[in-house]
Amino acid sequence: MTTVRPPHARAAAAASTAGSSAAAANGGLRTPCGLAAALGAVALSLVLAGLAAGAQGWSFAWVDDAGLIAAIRAPRTLGALLAGALLGLSGAIAQGLFRNPLADPYLLGSAAGAGLGVVLVLAAGGLLGASLGLATAGLLLRLGLVGAAFAGALAGMALTLVLARGAGRPMVLLLAGVVVGVLLTALSDLVILLSPEALRGKQVFLLGSTSFFGWPSVAALAAALALVLPLAVKLSRTLDALVLGEASALSLGLPLPRLRMALVALMALATGTAVAQAGLVAFVGLVAPHLVRRLVVARHGALLALSALAGGVLLLAADIAARSVIAPQELPVGVLTAIFGGGYLLLLLRQRQLR
Amino acid sequence: MRSPATPLLQAEGLVLRLGGRRVVDAVSLALRGGEWVALVGPNGAGKSTLLQLLAGLRQAQTGAVRLDGRPLPGWTARERALRLAWLSQQGEADGDIAARDVVRLGRLPRHGLFGAPDAGDEAAVDAAMTETACVEFGARRLAELSGGERQRVLLARALAVGAPLLLLDEPTTHLDAPHQLALLRSLAARARAGTAVLSVLHDVTLALAADRVLVMDRGRLVADGAPADAALRATLVAVFGAAFSVECVATPAGPRWVALPAL
Repeated sequence: MTTVRPPHARAAAAASTAGSSAAAANGGLRTPCGLAAALGAVALSLVLAGLAAGAQGWSFAWVDDAGLIAAIRAPRTLGALLAGALLGLSGAIAQGLFRNPLADPYLLGSAAGAGLGVVLVLAAGGLLGASLGLATAGLLLRLGLVGAAFAGALAGMALTLVLARGAGRPMVLLLAGVVVGVLLTALSDLVILLSPEALRGKQVFLLGSTSFFGWPSVAALAAALALVLPLAVKLSRTLDALVLGEASALSLGLPLPRLRMALVALMALATGTAVAQAGLVAFVGLVAPHLVRRLVVARHGALLALSALAGGVLLLAADIAARSVIAPQELPVGVLTAIFGGGYLLLLLRQRQLR
Repeated sequence: MRSPATPLLQAEGLVLRLGGRRVVDAVSLALRGGEWVALVGPNGAGKSTLLQLLAGLRQAQTGAVRLDGRPLPGWTARERALRLAWLSQQGEADGDIAARDVVRLGRLPRHGLFGAPDAGDEAAVDAAMTETACVEFGARRLAELSGGERQRVLLARALAVGAPLLLLDEPTTHLDAPHQLALLRSLAARARAGTAVLSVLHDVTLALAADRVLVMDRGRLVADGAPADAALRATLVAVFGAAFSVECVATPAGPRWVALPAL
């Protein structure tokens, strides 16, 4: 085969060599490894901060606080890191699958499903509380809420898949997600109408909260991340191929419907676990992949891992702020992530307009 | 194994109806290794759809496509992807991954989704990127490239497969004249090296530089022959509503056929 290069290509080559060496001098944040190291360092310092931030302000007397740290601050700090990582990962999968930078982990009916699960348990708990005594009912309720939110999130996504008849057509899948979201939210509202005491609990859940994390939560979140992240990275070339479009990815011989189904299942598991433990934390799943994609040019394998790391950092930072801004009182972490996330997107929008 | 007489790709009586319209209507054709074929026709003639049927991306309601003499549905997706590279009409590809990683996708059928590329794969990627002159911006995001640059990256992706059959849908889209020329020369060179090339082209003059021209109109294949064939040229002018005439121009390299707009 012959190579024919137009005469102006050589000048372009020279210009781009100069450009890329300037980019290399520009700093380590632009490479996947550099960004991973930076995010890792931030995560580590945030973990230390998380162990020090208490209801009475900041305290670095590690020995005196050992009991408090082990029982409350450590699981909460690790839990926030892991839940954020699951949301960041899930958001990155969603954005790759739907080739849409505005896709987020909740878009396939998981949020509405989890909400309905929570409302159902709360309503049932209200009935139970009358007969069992409040303390027992409270414990059952906490266990039941986590399970119900998890089951609800998975059921919501499963219903979406059934309505869309599988993951074959992404647009149909998105629409089915919207339909399921509307239907299940309407059902939740109906239940609340019949059992108004469920409303308060649902509010807490919808806002998202990191304050209930104990060691069992950490174990569940860590197990989900350890399962989902390696599998998602293994399937990540699928997301790269989808950049070319549906038909081109098929022409490369990929069994697209099956691969997409597997990725949706991983996304459901990650989202369901995070939502069950932390509620509907806003924006982390949307913003983390955005942030990573803005900083580095990488394949989806690196993108998924970095998005998980960035999501963990974001949620932990928000959690520490939620604990310390108006200590000894606490802000719901979901309110903070919404403010951070909204602010970030606003900034992005302004930059786009100025460019 | 196929005998040398078996065409690389053979279509018989392909019909595809969409919404009551016959988008592809009783099309039969054969492609052999070493052929450089252009597919032309007015907008909506069914060129892209025919190419998708030939690539196995759509199923015809009647008729069959054979690759190496074996019906296309009998091939596994990956085997097929190794024998046949398809380039879509531009518009869909848009993303934040690096141009070089896009070209690397062309090697996916060889090493598989879970396999890792080896030195041979990287060499094929280098060669394809050199061929379409896109090495310079290999590290840039696909979304940041201009239309022409992006088209060259996508072309390199299709060429990197190294398939003996190339099905290209409007590969010259967004390319400037020097890059169009470079592309046509490299397609002709690949055909001389044994590849079968079938390309949809909207520029009739460029299409008339191919060895063989297929003319489509309203789903039907209305002409199939060399540009030197007077009946083919007459059909070509007719299906485009006499919007141009085809003239013969003497060049140092021999006579060339040129579409002259009927202004």
